Amino acid sequence: MSEYAYFPGCSLRATGMAYEKSLLEVFRILGLKLNEIEDWNCCGATSYMSIDEDAAFVLSARNLALAAKQGASEVVAPCSACYLVLRKTEDYATRYPTIRKRVDEALQIAELPPIDWMKVRHPVEVLFNDVGVGMVKAKTVRKWQGGKLACYYGCQMLRPYYETDRPQDPIRMDELMHAAGATTIQWALKTKCCGGSLTGTIREVGVRLNEILIAEAVRKGAEAIVTCCPLCQFNLDAYQREMNGGRGYDIPILYFTQVLGWALGADRDKLGFQHSIAGGKVLKQWFPAREEVMANA
Amino acid sequence: MIQISRTMKYQQEAVPEWSEQLRELPGCERVFSCIQCGTCSGTCPLSIYMDYTPRRIIQLIREGFKTEALSSNTIWLCASCYSCAAHCPQDIHLTDVMYALKQQAIKEGLYPKHLPIPVLAREFYEGVKRNGRNSEFWVVLRFALKSNPLLLLKMAGSGLDLMRTGRLSLKSERIKDIEGLRRELEAPREVAR
Amino acid sequence: MHDQNGSVRIGVYICHCGSNIGSVVDCKAVSEYIATLPGVVVSRDYKYMCSEPGQEMLEKDIAEHNLNRIVVASCSPHLHEHTFRAATAKGGLNQYFMAMVNIREHDSWVHTDKRAATRKAQDLVRAAVARVAKQKPLDKARVDIDPKVLIVGGGIAGIHAALTLANAGKKVYLVERAPTIGGHMAKFDKTFPTLDCAACILTPKMSAVRAHPNITLWTMAEVTSLSGYVGNYDVQVTRHTRYIDEDLCAGCLECIAACVYKQAKVDDEFNEGLGKRKPIYLPFPQAIPQVPVIDRETCIEFKSGKCKKTCLEACGERHAINFKLEDKVENVRVGTVIVATGFQTVDAKRLPYYGYGVYPNVFTSLEVERLVNASGPTAGEVYLRDGKTHPKSVGIIHCVGSRDEKTNKWCSRVCCMYSLKLAHLLKEHTGAEIFNFYIDMRTPGKGFEEFYQRLLNEGVHCIRGRVAEVTDWALNPSEEGKLVLRVEDTLLGVVRRIPVDMVVLSVGLEPHKDAQEVRRLFNITCSTEGFFLERHPKLAPVNTFTDGIFLAGCCQGPKDIPDTVAQAGAAAAEAMALIDAGYVEQEPNTAYVIEEDCSGCKTCVPLCPYSAIAFREDKRKAEVNPVLCKGCGTCVAACPSGSLQQHLFEDDEIFAEIEGVLVHA
Repeated sequence: MSEYAYFPGCSLRATGMAYEKSLLEVFRILGLKLNEIEDWNCCGATSYMSIDEDAAFVLSARNLALAAKQGASEVVAPCSACYLVLRKTEDYATRYPTIRKRVDEALQIAELPPIDWMKVRHPVEVLFNDVGVGMVKAKTVRKWQGGKLACYYGCQMLRPYYETDRPQDPIRMDELMHAAGATTIQWALKTKCCGGSLTGTIREVGVRLNEILIAEAVRKGAEAIVTCCPLCQFNLDAYQREMNGGRGYDIPILYFTQVLGWALGADRDKLGFQHSIAGGKVLKQWFPAREEVMANA
Repeated sequence: MIQISRTMKYQQEAVPEWSEQLRELPGCERVFSCIQCGTCSGTCPLSIYMDYTPRRIIQLIREGFKTEALSSNTIWLCASCYSCAAHCPQDIHLTDVMYALKQQAIKEGLYPKHLPIPVLAREFYEGVKRNGRNSEFWVVLRFALKSNPLLLLKMAGSGLDLMRTGRLSLKSERIKDIEGLRRELEAPREVAR
Repeated sequence: MHDQNGSVRIGVYICHCGSNIGSVVDCKAVSEYIATLPGVVVSRDYKYMCSEPGQEMLEKDIAEHNLNRIVVASCSPHLHEHTFRAATAKGGLNQYFMAMVNIREHDSWVHTDKRAATRKAQDLVRAAVARVAKQKPLDKARVDIDPKVLIVGGGIAGIHAALTLANAGKKVYLVERAPTIGGHMAKFDKTFPTLDCAACILTPKMSAVRAHPNITLWTMAEVTSLSGYVGNYDVQVTRHTRYIDEDLCAGCLECIAACVYKQAKVDDEFNEGLGKRKPIYLPFPQAIPQVPVIDRETCIEFKSGKCKKTCLEACGERHAINFKLEDKVENVRVGTVIVATGFQTVDAKRLPYYGYGVYPNVFTSLEVERLVNASGPTAGEVYLRDGKTHPKSVGIIHCVGSRDEKTNKWCSRVCCMYSLKLAHLLKEHTGAEIFNFYIDMRTPGKGFEEFYQRLLNEGVHCIRGRVAEVTDWALNPSEEGKLVLRVEDTLLGVVRRIPVDMVVLSVGLEPHKDAQEVRRLFNITCSTEGFFLERHPKLAPVNTFTDGIFLAGCCQGPKDIPDTVAQAGAAAAEAMALIDAGYVEQEPNTAYVIEEDCSGCKTCVPLCPYSAIAFREDKRKAEVNPVLCKGCGTCVAACPSGSLQQHLFEDDEIFAEIEGVLVHA
């Protein structure tokens, strides 16, 4: 059974709870074990790096050291921002001796082991490589009843580290959706930034960036957008009323683990559909409360 | 009286040591290789809102015009999406340059006061120092109160949506070894900037 | 300090080199000190040793004082070693009885302390005096040059070099891999900056190659092995068969019309995949040789053996088509080789954000050359991929795969000009609105800047900004159905979205993907970029580090047609210089094996960068080919038994020099 250290991050316990719920279900069904890092702390995301770079690296390094203490060699971080910060810390602390020195000194103070090689991975890549689309397809038990999906990858999962997928025209989430039986659209904005925390700080700019994404997805025929980062999901989900010249949108914004979980036969209530703000009507049609479980032919 | 502005840059305003120091920072090594092609600004989703596009910021760095670079709104509008760095034909890690400028702008107090982003960053920072983990609700609330309380009215709609869908968590978790974390964050370090 | 034939009588000359040496080193003191050393008969200091009187003084002294060794202390041997050797020889001595000491670059030019510099000069000259006593008389080896020339590559470079040499009466083998000569130039429509029709200026030269009695043209041929050394290269050329006998074929092309494939179905390589051809085809109408090719990958006869073979019928009594023909191997001996293998363009798929292969109406520049060409797949009509719509707006993106750390770092030199040319041609053919997106407009050649002015006045939009993305993302109705280019117009200082019907990618030039294999075949080297390496970037751009092998054209680096032709002429001249001289003399600084001491351990064989050491199985000893040896000394240093020695750097000479330096006055 494949085992990984699990770093949920602050978002997954609050606005991103649907992601954690569905992710745990999907990993359980596919036989992947997640061991939550004991006493993990916030990764710092972009905010910490804006104020104090050394402290930002120390903050992330603590999590990696805790994972090492648990005996893990791989950490799965579902939130793209957490994934990037942890991955960047591991990279910079090993490449730049000055950063490594500061990080190791700080870790020593908390009686933690010095920074060492630790693989940081995103669940999209873990499912694609360690399970494979073939296996996912073989394990699906429900037939997809929904409409066309637009896979939205966001930015920090794909750049500047390219192991998770191609930075231009990525395909892995699309392939996982196909394995679940869904069809996806081909669109140019798969990797265009949602603005991150700008929706909270400079609202007009942040909302506009998300409006662009939803408008283009709709123009290309998608009926829902599938994401892999809690902040992207929130940005696309929470502001739809203000978009489209006041007419608003009502497009469901799903996590890819929700779609996968549904296809793999997870209990509907454990997938977090109730947490979606927009697109409730469509979600009721696509993921009915009482459904037939159809064996995969 | 007609309002006419005069724009002339004098060499005495330039700070060449600042450019050289910036180049030494991790990730900023290739800043002088910029050929000013503009690909970064072309791909940046926020460049149309910035007072100086990313390309112009790099040129400001090369020429040593520290004040303009550090007081621009560019660095705060940057969402760290890494599109610029991924596209740059000279392999310049622009996002790292932006982070370095953000840190310097806060240290020197040059960030534009009407932009609340450093306030959010500060709240986030304090939140982590307090508890080790952050509650989105409390960070955003404190941020709004400290920058522009009227924002709370605008955010009320989203707040109600979150409450309705069960995503609004007022919980504030604290990690067990908060003391250890605090000591780590204050660990003595050499002056870098 | 005595040599075998009796005592040495050494003449030493300390040059002032004007004030270059004399202002720092006390030359008189040096020569007075040197005069005290045993074996030194004459010791002088002089203002300019390299001058006529200086050299004459040397020659006179040899006669008058019966000198048998010479030491000259002056500048770098790179400058005047041959001068003083010649003077020594003129004086009647073997020229290798002269030792030169550098007291300028190694002393007066790098030190300021005059006393120390003078003492250093004394030490250095004393060392040379000790060394020269041990030096042996040597002779330059002579290698004869075979007058035949091999030219690899039948593009404009190879063609021009071949004609130049053939017209001078030299016999040339021109080997080309494709079924026809002409290279990339045959694909172009018009050439910059004069807008000459490429085919019109190329095809007469191609016909001249065919007709020339001194040129043996082998197409569909590749060099499969090359061995030997300057003046004496043994080359093996494999001539792949086209299943049509070139001598019997009359070029009537009836076979192509008669082919059972009534419609052409195979992607046409010459037309960059935009057109179709049959399995039996002529690459383009003016192909030389005017003989069709049968492609065995797509011909039914080869795939199933059951074709009606209407082509054979059409050929009739000429019997030129023969499915049983086989590849032929030719072995020739030549004296010199010119490598003119050209370039390939960057694969546009390596830049995924430009959408080549994703969006249909993104084209490469070579595809557009074929579109605008009257003998191209669309007879000169510029259509989008649907084959019927003319574009109303076109975006041409410069620097695709050039000036880019992620693909190729260099500037490909010709793209700005050809992009402007394509802008002009597209505008002429379609009247569309044309946008050129560049980083820097590079128009250095003769008439190039004027060409840019012409384009500017034709109303082509020249926007300084590298396009970030080509997408079909539409933000307003005027962008629907078009390709949208998002770019920062750095001159206006604003980000723009420009919708166009057609995007043209100006792909850069890079070495052929098999450049590394080819260079190993010819024993030449490549630079880090992968282009073949010239001996000196400024003073020897067509020579390689292998004597007798020359470069011409884009295989050495990206360049346009005028520069390519100039370089081809230069390579031809270098070859001709060797041939007309008839022989070359080799500097005798080569390694040699003392056979009695050689244990046959073979340590030296793989070390030689010039493949000059062979292992003689019959003798079980190493053997150095003095013509290939360049005197680098690697094998001498590595030899565990000391049986490898090097002329001009023998152990006793070096040890004498070391002792000479270390003994204090």
